[in-house]
Parts: sequence; C-alpha cells; structure tokens
Amino acid sequence: MPMPKPKLAIYWCASCGGCEEAVVDLAEEIVELLQSVDLVFWPCATDLKRADLEHLPDQAIFVSLINGAIRTTEQEEMAHLLRQKSRFLIAYGACAHLGGIPGLANQFSREEILRYYFETGPSTVNPEKAQPQPSYTCGHHTLTLPDLHYKVRALDQVVSVDYYIPGCPPTPTLTRNALKALLAENPPPPGSVLAPDVALCDQCPRKATKPLQLSFTRFQRPHLAPIDPQQCLLAQGFLCLGPATRAGCEALCPRGNMPCSGCFGPTSRVRDPGAKILSSLCANLAPKTAEEIDAVLDTIPDPIGTFYRYSLPRSLLRGKVNTSPTNHAS
Amino acid sequence: MTPPQNHAPKAHRAEPRIGFYVCHCGSNIADTVDCAEIARYAASLPGVILARDYKYMCSDPGQELIQQDIREYQLDRIVVASCSPLLHEHTFRAALARAGLNPFYLQMVNIREHVSWVHKNREAATAKARDLARAAIQRVRHHQALQPIRVPIRAEALVLGGGIAGIHAALLLAEAGKRVILVERQPSIGGHMAQLDKTFPTLDCAACILTPKMSAVRAHPNITLWTYSEVIKVEGYVGNFTVTVRRKPRYINEALCVGCKQCVDACVFKDGKFPDEFNAGLSHRKPIYLPFPQATPQVVVIDPDRCLNLKTGKCKKTCVEACDRNAIVFDQQPEVHEVKVGTIIVATGYDLFDPTRLPQYGYGRYPNVFTTLEAERLVNSSGPTAGKVRLRDGRVPRSVGIILCVGSRDHRTHPWCSRTCCMHSMKLALLIREHAGAEVTIFHMDIRSAGKGYEEFYDRCLREGIQFIRGRVAEVTDWAMTAKEEGHLVVRVEDTLAGFVRRIPLDMIVLAVGMEPQRDARELRRILNISCSNEGWFLERHPKLGPVITFTDGIFLAGCCQGPKDIPDTVAQAGAAAAEALALMDRGYIEQEPNTAYIDPDHCCGCKSCLPLCPYSAIQLDETQGRAFINEALCKGCGACVAACPSGSIQQHLFEDEQVFAEIDGVLSYA
Ligand SMILES: Cc1cc2nc3c(=O)[nH]c(=O)nc-3n(C[C@H](O)[C@H](O)[C@H](O)COP(=O)(O)OP(=O)(O)OC[C@H]3O[C@@H](n4cnc5c(N)ncnc54)[C@H](O)[C@@H]3O)c2cc1C
Ligand code: SF4
Ligand code: SF4
Repeated sequence: MPMPKPKLAIYWCASCGGCEEAVVDLAEEIVELLQSVDLVFWPCATDLKRADLEHLPDQAIFVSLINGAIRTTEQEEMAHLLRQKSRFLIAYGACAHLGGIPGLANQFSREEILRYYFETGPSTVNPEKAQPQPSYTCGHHTLTLPDLHYKVRALDQVVSVDYYIPGCPPTPTLTRNALKALLAENPPPPGSVLAPDVALCDQCPRKATKPLQLSFTRFQRPHLAPIDPQQCLLAQGFLCLGPATRAGCEALCPRGNMPCSGCFGPTSRVRDPGAKILSSLCANLAPKTAEEIDAVLDTIPDPIGTFYRYSLPRSLLRGKVNTSPTNHAS
Repeated sequence: MTPPQNHAPKAHRAEPRIGFYVCHCGSNIADTVDCAEIARYAASLPGVILARDYKYMCSDPGQELIQQDIREYQLDRIVVASCSPLLHEHTFRAALARAGLNPFYLQMVNIREHVSWVHKNREAATAKARDLARAAIQRVRHHQALQPIRVPIRAEALVLGGGIAGIHAALLLAEAGKRVILVERQPSIGGHMAQLDKTFPTLDCAACILTPKMSAVRAHPNITLWTYSEVIKVEGYVGNFTVTVRRKPRYINEALCVGCKQCVDACVFKDGKFPDEFNAGLSHRKPIYLPFPQATPQVVVIDPDRCLNLKTGKCKKTCVEACDRNAIVFDQQPEVHEVKVGTIIVATGYDLFDPTRLPQYGYGRYPNVFTTLEAERLVNSSGPTAGKVRLRDGRVPRSVGIILCVGSRDHRTHPWCSRTCCMHSMKLALLIREHAGAEVTIFHMDIRSAGKGYEEFYDRCLREGIQFIRGRVAEVTDWAMTAKEEGHLVVRVEDTLAGFVRRIPLDMIVLAVGMEPQRDARELRRILNISCSNEGWFLERHPKLGPVITFTDGIFLAGCCQGPKDIPDTVAQAGAAAAEALALMDRGYIEQEPNTAYIDPDHCCGCKSCLPLCPYSAIQLDETQGRAFINEALCKGCGACVAACPSGSIQQHLFEDEQVFAEIDGVLSYA
C-alpha cells in the first residue's frame, strides 16, 4: 500500500495576500508540491471550508502554513483550530512571524482606527457615522462579524508555533527549502526561523564597499535621491537595514537598487530590532552636539515605520499605549 | 591569550542551587530594611536552596558561612545583598573560590548605598530591597564560570620627562634591573632644577646634587636616553604599551660628538646673538650651542631656525671644518622609533606663569622687573652675569622687592598655591643680598613654610633682616610722585599689617611667578589616555591613597606634572612611582576582570559597524573570513560595541543579554 501523502493546509489571517502569491510563485514546482502532498485546506485557492477542517482528527495535518497577523476574533479561532489539527504549525511570512505591516496599527487605538476609516478620513463620506458592529439584527435575522482585538499580534503571541519562515513575502527558495527540511529525517530544532542566522550584509554584493566610518550627516530617502547601484547603501546615506536583518533573501532589495527594509526580521539574538539598528546607526552619526544630532535624526520622517516596519507587535515596544480615555488595552 | 574556558559552549543548565545572604551591616542596613523578611522572601523564590540574614557578611564568620553552605548544600550560585560591589565583590568572590566554586557565580545586591542609605521609610525600603534581590536571583542563574584574564607585563619602562622626577625614577628602575627609556623633549635632561642656583632650605647647590644623577643616567647600562625627543603615540594597555617616539634632528651625530665646542667657537656668528633658553633669555647663544656646561648628554645642538646653512643653504660652514670628529650632519632627518614597554612614568613637570598676563606688574614694560627664574640665573656663578646681580643697564641694585603669588592664589589667573614660591623667594632674598648687598623686601599674602626645616628658614630670613610686607601688590610703576621715588620702580601696596597704602621705591622687582601645567598637557593627556584636572594637572587615581597612579593601569605620575611641589616632594613621588611600576613589572602579570566582549564568528556578518566604535581599538576585521574579532587583552569591557552590533553578534561576559534581561524582568515583575 502506498504511503499516505502528508496533509498540507494554508491559511491567511491579517495579511495582504502576498504570501499566498509566494506559494503560487513556486511556479512549476507547485504542481510537484501538490502531487506530493494532500492539500486539505487553502481557502484562497480551493473550495474547502472550515467544516472540512473541523472534521479532521487532531494532528491529522502534517504542516499548516499560516500567514498574516492576528487582529480579529475569527483569525484567533482559526489559529487555534489549525494548531489543534496540525503536527507542525508554521508562521509563514513577516506578519505571522513578527506582526508585519498590519502590526504598525498598534501605534493607534482600535477606536482611533475605526473613527478614522469610518468618520474622519479624507475619502470617507459617512454622514450617519455608521461603524461595523459585531452583530446586527434585521427582522428575524442576526448577522455577525468577527470582532477586532485591541492589538495586532504575531501568530506565536496567540498559539504556539513550531517554525517561522520569514519574509514579506518569503522567497520561493526559502519556502521550498523549508518544506524539504520538514520532510527530512531530522527536522530543524523547534522554534527555529528557517533562514540563516546572520545579518544580510553577509549576502549583499555591495558589502565590500561599506566604509569603516559611516559618519552620517543626513539620511536619504530612496525616492528623493539617485542611488548608486554598486556602493553600500548606508554609505550613500540610505537607511538600509541589512546589518540588522536576517539573511536569506539573497539581498533581493539591494540587488534591485533598494535599501533593505527589514522584512526578514532580526537575528535570533536580538530582542528589539528597532532599538538595535537605532543604537548602531546613532553610534555612527557624524555630529557630536545634541542639536546637530537632532538635525540628522530629523531626516528620518517615520522612525517607527522605518525601524519597526515589520516587527512592532513582536518587539519590546509592542505598540503605543494610548492615553485617550476611549482606549482600553486588551 | 584568551583562556579557553571563557568561550566554552554554554553548559547545559541544570536547575541552579542558589544560596542567598542578606547582611545587616551592623545597623547600617538593618535599621532601614527588614533583613529577616528579605531572607524569608528570597527563600520562597525558585532555585533558592537557602537564604540567611547575618550581621556582618564580610566578616570572617560571614564568609565562612557562605563557604560552609556551599559545601554542605552543594550550592552553585551565590547572591549577597549587602553594600556596593565596589567594596566587597572581591571579598565574596574569594569566598566562593575558597569553597571550590567559580568566583563569577556570585551576584551582589547593593541594598546599602542604593537602599538603606538613601531611604527613610522602612516598608518602602524593604519592598525595594525585595525587588532588587529578586532581580539578582533571576540573574545569577545565567552566570557563567569565567577565568580572570592574565595579561603579562613587559619588564621595560618608559619615563617621560627628564627633570629631577624623571631622572630619579629612571635611576631607581634601572638599579632594580629594569630597562628604561628616558624621553626628554629638550636637548638636555635636568629640567627646571638644572637652572636653579641653590636649593632651600639648606642652600646646597642645585647643580652639585643634580649633575651626578644626570651623569649616572647617561652612564647607566640599563637606561636608553633619548633627548630632543617626544612621544607622539601610545597604543596598547598595561604591560604592553607600544610607544612611538619622534627624535628631532639635532644635526649632530650623537655618537661622535664629545661636546668639545670647537664648532661653537668656529661658527660664523662671532658672538652669541639669540636668546639663551637656559639663562631665561638673559644671555645670548649661537645657532650651534651646548645648552649649559653640565648638559647631558654633552652633545651640541644646531637650532634650525637660526643656523644660516639650514635656513638659507648659504654659509661657509666653518663649524664643519672645525669638528675633527665629523659629527655635524646637516641632512639629519627626524627619526621615529617604536618601543614596547610595560609601564610608563609621566614626569613632564611644569611651566611658569607668563607675567605679562598681569600688566600691572610691568614685566616686559620696565626692564628691571624680573622673574624668580631669571633671578636664579643672575645669582648663579655660571650664569649670564657670573653670579653678579645686575640691573639690565649693568648697575648694582641697592633695593630689591620680591612679589609673591604672581599667577597663584588669584581667581583671575590661577586659584592654586604654587607651593614653592614663598620658600624659593626667601632663598633668593638671601642670595641677592649676599651677591649684591641689596636690601630685600618680600611682598606676600601669607608665608607658607610647611616642610621640614622650612619655618626655621623663614625665621632665619627674619633674623637676618629680610623685610616682609603683607599685602597683595596693586601695581609696579615708574611714575614718581616724590623726589625720593624718582628713577626708581615704585611698588604700591596696601600694607595690611600697618593698615595703610604704601608706595615703596625699589631698584629691582622680582616676580615669583607660579607654576602652571605644561602648555601641551592636554594634548599629552590624550596621547597617554590619562585624565587631567580642569586646570590641566594630571589626575591621580586617589588624592590620598593613589597619589601616583592614574586611572589608566600601568601609567604613573611623578613630580610637578601632577601639581606644584618642591624637590623633596618631587623626589619622594618619583620614588613612589618607580615602586608602583616595579611592583607591577616584578609580578610579571596582572589579572583583569573578565568582563570582555566577544564575537561569535558564526554570527558576525562582517558589517564593520563595531570597528570604529571601540575606544581601545580592540576590534579588528579578519579580512579573509570577513568577520570581526575582539582582542580580549585590549577590550576594557565598555560595552560600546555590544550595544551597537546590529545583528546582536557581540556579547559581553558578565553582561550577557540573558543575564541583563533576567535582571530587568526580575526587578519589574510583581512580587
Ligand atoms: C624659580 C624657582 C626656584 C625653585 N627653587 C627650588 C628650591 O630651591 N628647592 C626646591 O625644592 N624646589 C625649588 N623649585 C621647584 C622645583 O623646580 C621643582 O620642584 C622641580 O623642578 C620639579 O621637577 P620635575 O621633574 O617634576 O619637573 P621639571 O623640572 O619641570 O622637569 C620636567 C622635564 O620634562 C620635560 N618634558 C616636559 N614635557 C615633555 C614631553 N612632552 N616630552 C618629553 N619631555 C618633556 C621638560 O623638558 C623637563 O626637562 C623652584 C622652582 C622655581 C620656579
Ligand atoms: S557589528 Fe556585529 S555583525 Fe557587524 S562586524 Fe561587528 S560583530 Fe560583526
Ligand atoms: S566592549 Fe568596549 S572595549 Fe571591548 S571591544 Fe567592545 S567597544 Fe572595545
């Protein structure tokens, strides 16, 4: 009797859909993949439903890839359900790994966000100030919507996670290697991020041109200044997060003439990626007086969005504690 | 050099067995902190096998308690809540070691300086002590066994400055069998003492006691004497300094010149034309000269700013012809030498206050206003006037006034007391009277004559008729108001003992200019990486208990570079500095706190972010591997690189991330 094929599930939470694309980006290999596994759940691409999942015995799924952060009650429920049904649960992509771009919402309270999008935002026309409600009764019918949590969380802040595949989105190579590693005889130690544990400079073709002294006098923004395609981006004053970011992408952005924005997250040794890169950059500022230093730092318009772009929920900061009376932390 | 133990992979951690001790410090701690309660609380925390409170943990029985418990209960981590680790970390680490435990398994909690001495409310203080204890208990489980770092010490010493301080220290070290390099900036050693005539209070001749020591330096097989040289770079650390010395060209082959001065006589300049530094400008020398008769080494020097040949290339070079040893080398170039030494003694002395900064005293305006150093040269029998005290026009002064505290004890110039001026002014008063038969008046604020035989010397001056007028001189002027003042300099002073303002006509005024730090002291401080006070005197580690050691291990201070002092104190300090250096060199190694940083080569990405940050240049890039590494012997454990490594690849012993985070978690979590 042939060995039963390992069961695979793919699910998305608070994400942009790019991670689903990344799976599809396996290209011809996706066919091979689909032949070697038994796809039991992938709402984005197949017509399988939650009930199908619930009917499976516990731990029946060999591996579940969950992408996206956890913002809603539904996402949280699905994460628990998949955890229960899977042997390996993988946080797939930056949002599941660290909170990702959706995690930047933690700078604002849930109420502020709802008010902005349904009332005050410049493109909003909503004279009744209607806001989505968790349940709505219309005649005999009650409609429900998942509720929003107060904060965005990374997947492992909700359920226990076996492995992480980093990236926004993870590259096909990384995905392929990760799946191979899991199917191999000796899977990697639980809790690992399935990417090299060195910083990106290691893979960067510009590394040799990084000077000893950076001596920043200002920071450049990539859309406002021409970028030399050979030279270290930091040497040109662009905020490249390569030195603080885990390698594994083969320096796709620097090769594409863009600074690294840090989507692979920090190495295993860093607890707060933003603080780390800041302390490194600040140690390399040219000026010595407080005013001159402020002037250099003022050339960074959005420090949180720059240094914690993918990692705010999973950092030591986690978010901003709003003082507005309408906000109650969850 | 790295003890392998410090980098051993972290051993699998079994649940630790922690012993916790809280000290009453008599009543110092116990009055404000409920020590028994802290012990009770600590005992309830995970990993704590036993917790005790005791009156004096640092006492012998207190330490014995720890040792016994370690043996009896197989404790493998110890937390002591007591005073500052500065005071007793060493004590308790030694106790651990005696009980066979690695000393770095200790963590201290400072509940005296940080708690009982700064708080009044017993309840709140106890709560704070509890939080700190919890933090230490959480931290200590992450401690690693470490070995102190042993750094070998080279047995060579560098002495910087060849005044009496440097000479004395160099001779002591050489006598003890150490190789010494003595670097002096001037063409000869001797410093200020060589310019003095007699020395107080015994009035023995300065040259008679100094010259033998100068010759001994020259002759000593263990001393390499580099005059006309300066230190331009110091790298390395205690025991292993690399010092770069620049030897200025004196245009003379030092090995050939015997100091016969044929060349000086033959120079195209028939007479001396340029101010002679040694005689404080009171006489003139030629472009080629021997600094002074006893100069050591006895080697002439050519002043490139004055020599016709060196300046214009046009000169008959009669000097070259005259030298039958062919010692003159016009194309001599500066030489740069690198030497390796274990210790450095800094003995760069002092500079004199520039009296033109106080125009009311007329120095530079009235020819007959002198400084005490000029007076030293005037009374010296080998000086510019062969010991005859003369005014600038050659007349013999009938009356002389010496003004004290010029540039000392004055908030407009220098607030400090220069310590020798009272004494050397009284000395000069006696000598001037002896040499010129003049009447001498000393204008003073106080006479400071603390020192063996010093007050007696003051007494002698009083008895022998030196006049003393107490008051800070307002001005020296040549504006006569009476016929009696005509042709004299007039000192206007409030005589504070007589209680009125006086005008005193005198022939000659001598300003007792104070001592100030060498003009390049700050530059030198940076080269040596030592500290100096706001004023520019080099800073000793402790004014009482470490008067000759600096904050930089292996660098010592001697003489006036540390602050004004007279020759007896200078020599005593030079002896102390030599002894400190010897103690270090004779032991052969020092033990350093193993709080060094280290880079895991598997983790480093070679981004070089850390390289420029290390103030001790301890980090280097291994070009072939593309990885940074830290020279543990150079690392001082400042942590700059640890914070800045963007990929978190640098850790620091005793301050590992997990230790620090455990401590923070501990102090912040609720009990
Ligand atoms: C007018 C006068 C009279 C005095 N009379 C007496 C007295 O009678 N009795 C008494 O006890 N004290 C007397 N003193 C004090 C005495 O001069 C000092 O106590 C003594 O000279 C201090 O010696 P020193 O070696 O510390 O400094 P210095 O004599 O100043 O020697 C320092 C040496 O270091 C050299 N040096 C400086 N910088 C460098 C450098 N960067 N590199 C290399 N070499 C350098 C200098 O060229 C100099 O040779 C008198 C002082 C004055 C001003
Ligand atoms: S900063 Fe860190 S990663 Fe970069 S070279 Fe230094 S040790 Fe290596
Ligand atoms: S800890 Fe300080 S001294 Fe040690 S290597 Fe790092 S920067 Fe240098």
